[in-house]
Amino acid sequence: MTGMMTDRAPASTVKRRWNIFLPAGFFLSIVSFLSYYSFFAAFPLTRDIPWVNLLLFGVALSLLAAGLFRAYRSPELYRGRIFGPILAAPALAIFGFFIYLNFGAANDLPPSSMAPRPGQQAPDLALVDMTGAAVKLGDLVGGEKGRWALLVFYRGYW
Amino acid sequence: MPEFEARGVGLIGISVDAPELTREHVKKMGFTFTFLSDPNTETTRRYDLVHAGAYEGKDIARPAEFLVDEAGVIRWTNITPDYRVRLSPDEALAALDALDRQPS
Repeated sequence: MTGMMTDRAPASTVKRRWNIFLPAGFFLSIVSFLSYYSFFAAFPLTRDIPWVNLLLFGVALSLLAAGLFRAYRSPELYRGRIFGPILAAPALAIFGFFIYLNFGAANDLPPSSMAPRPGQQAPDLALVDMTGAAVKLGDLVGGEKGRWALLVFYRGYW
Repeated sequence: MPEFEARGVGLIGISVDAPELTREHVKKMGFTFTFLSDPNTETTRRYDLVHAGAYEGKDIARPAEFLVDEAGVIRWTNITPDYRVRLSPDEALAALDALDRQPS
């Protein structure tokens, strides 16, 4: 015990620096996650493939890795051997969750094997317009001008 | 979407939202095409597009597009495997032009 104390004497006498990489990386990983939903998802260019957010996550995780590295490499200079992993673990979890939401859940759709195919008669519609009046397929296609219709189904809940 | 109008094709947006909600959304987004509601998911079910419990436990539609001709026959469909990847208007126009619609 006494021997260890003398070994670590410099660490306890010199004030160790705050390891800014660790909180910065943690904070940036939260920003990387939230900014997608609050901002980048609004633009097709940054929504379909969330490259800006992946880039931000890359920087965040690099900061955390660098912070952890120097916390363990030079514990006499930098803090963070304890709070480093405590910050890095949730940051990794947030990153994993983001990957799941964007590359797992987005593809997790029902098979729709019974969806009508080209050549088949379109199922009739049982819709209402914005005034609440019923709309059928016959209201949208045909008529004197032989109109066609492009039905666009949306996820809704704007 | 004048390009669709010029080809005699009406753009019809459909979602499971109530008409009041749709009205607000259409106003907010400035949509000029027809937007219809399927509040009880009946139509969405007929087209086999129900994504059960996908939004806070409620059933919604997966994004999809169907081109229907004057006789009510489906001429072209697009059912995305990834709901973040949506059809662009240009793709729809290209598909439409490839069908060589006879103006009547």
